[in-house]
Amino acid sequence: MTLPETMATVQGPSPWWRRRGLMLGLILTFGSALIGLLAPLLAPGDPAALGELSERLAAPSAQHLLGTDLLGRDVLVRLVHGARTSLLVGWVSVLAAMICGTLVGMAAGLGPRWLDRLLMSITDLFMAFPRIFLILLLVSLTAPSLMLIMAVLGVTGWMGVARLVRAETLTLREREFVAAARGLGLTPWQVAWRHILPGLWPTIIVATSLRVGGAILSESFLSYLGLGVQEPMVSWGGMIQMGRANLVDGWWLATLPGVVLALTVIGYNLLGENLREWLDPRRQGGGLDG
Amino acid sequence: MLPWLTRRLAQSLLLIFILVSAVFFVVRLAPGDPLNQVVEEELGAGDRELIRQRLGLDGSLIEQYQRWLGSMLQGDLGTSLRQQRPVTEIIGEAMGPTLLLTLTAYGLQLILVIASALIMATRRGQPLDHAVQGIGLTFYSLPFFWLALMFVLLFSRQLGWFPAGGWESPDAAFLSVGERWLDRLHHLVLPAMTLALGAFMGPARYLRAGLDDVLAQDYILAARARGLSERRVLLRHGLRNALMPLITLLGMWLPNLLGGALVVEVVFGWPGMGRVTIEAIWARDYPVIMATTLLTGVAVVVGSTLADLLYRWADPRVRIPDLSESEGGAHDAS
Repeated sequence: MTLPETMATVQGPSPWWRRRGLMLGLILTFGSALIGLLAPLLAPGDPAALGELSERLAAPSAQHLLGTDLLGRDVLVRLVHGARTSLLVGWVSVLAAMICGTLVGMAAGLGPRWLDRLLMSITDLFMAFPRIFLILLLVSLTAPSLMLIMAVLGVTGWMGVARLVRAETLTLREREFVAAARGLGLTPWQVAWRHILPGLWPTIIVATSLRVGGAILSESFLSYLGLGVQEPMVSWGGMIQMGRANLVDGWWLATLPGVVLALTVIGYNLLGENLREWLDPRRQGGGLDG
Repeated sequence: MLPWLTRRLAQSLLLIFILVSAVFFVVRLAPGDPLNQVVEEELGAGDRELIRQRLGLDGSLIEQYQRWLGSMLQGDLGTSLRQQRPVTEIIGEAMGPTLLLTLTAYGLQLILVIASALIMATRRGQPLDHAVQGIGLTFYSLPFFWLALMFVLLFSRQLGWFPAGGWESPDAAFLSVGERWLDRLHHLVLPAMTLALGAFMGPARYLRAGLDDVLAQDYILAARARGLSERRVLLRHGLRNALMPLITLLGMWLPNLLGGALVVEVVFGWPGMGRVTIEAIWARDYPVIMATTLLTGVAVVVGSTLADLLYRWADPRVRIPDLSESEGGAHDAS
């Protein structure tokens, strides 16, 4: 390898790949969102409607493109409706976590030193523990429901955001335009809202995209354990759980929801990654954690 | 060094204490009576009260907390409500399998991390780089439990190469010691593979970014100028320096690995801490929940402290990074 080549390789990924990743991410995320929104039109039947006895555990065919499950329900219809659950839980819980995390992070970054220490200690406390453990503990406290899952995923998800936002706020705080705004006599609230927050958007947008994928994964695991959304609501994790009993004679039951789930999550991760490269080149190549 | 370590450990102890106390109250304030797990419903009120007393579930919450704290400080973790045997016994049995699983997965993961980071950093922008990135991102985006099921479907049910679950064969008791360990290794392959593959991309990208930085340094240029082979430049001068930040990351990665182990243990029926934890949560088995919380907290603290010590030892220039300044992300281990 000659030297000029080596230097060139440090420059960053080639543009075509960047664009391709972004496009693929957009297609997957928008595709899944469209499918979720248009579920009643795309797959008119009732996802919970039981099929005929003869149609139970039918392999994929012209009549049921992706086969049927143990109760004769059409897998395709259920997959389409499952998108709604996954995306709803993913987005609502992440937005809640982002709002909490941004508020905490900004307060820590802009507030007095004791507040910073207090907030960051609490953040560390939560972060030191495997998140899935906290989620399970909290979810198992009362009867499982959609609201509970979203609340728990939100409550356990803000810490990483708070860290990121605080770090970003600390650098923004030292910039000239913020000092100028202070000098002009703006209140701390005005400075935070008008001058700090706009600078945080790239960080927030990227973190949101990366986190939605994670939240969708968490929801699916809870549903797999039976702690997630309950019948007759459909969820991909619940479908995988049901398919587990027929892993071999009904391979499509556990396999297909996982594929759809993975494609959706890949979409959000790709989108987040590529948005980061585009919005915030400094962070390029960092972790996958937003 | 010593003052730093003492302060660090004191902080950690406080952290664990707050955490465990919080879990104590949250779990007990939740609806659901653990007594229902232990006794028949027809029992009279008087009898129930008696059993409650014997299980240490009587009195106010504060009294229960004081009792629990007292016995915990004496090293007594109590008796499982569901299994009616000492918690230490249950934990002791589950510890071995979990250590075996997580340490194996840790090792596998480290190999994957280093190999993929080297490929990505040296083949930057080339098809191989993109292939590794694509594969890594895909595994990163897969649900652990589904990946586990797919491995079972493919390698166990279809090909019959590995057992589908458990950590030893039913007839393990009749095997010789050597055969027994071989049997366990055989059972270990699929769970460890799932755990290692599911999350290697996070640290790998981190290491790759570090390698990129290091490879742009002047001393790499100097090493090349001296005519060293590319392999030597990369391994002796590049990787060695890039690995240091990874030490800290691997310490912070431990919670993720423990969380992932929980998921994998559930799917594979691996008799470890994760399964004990989930079963205890289901059954509201307070003493077991408290013990696993405590142990997880300790494991995490020990992991991150060790990582910091190692980092300090490896690179004396570094001031110990204040934990609140670092940006360790936590990927949801599902």
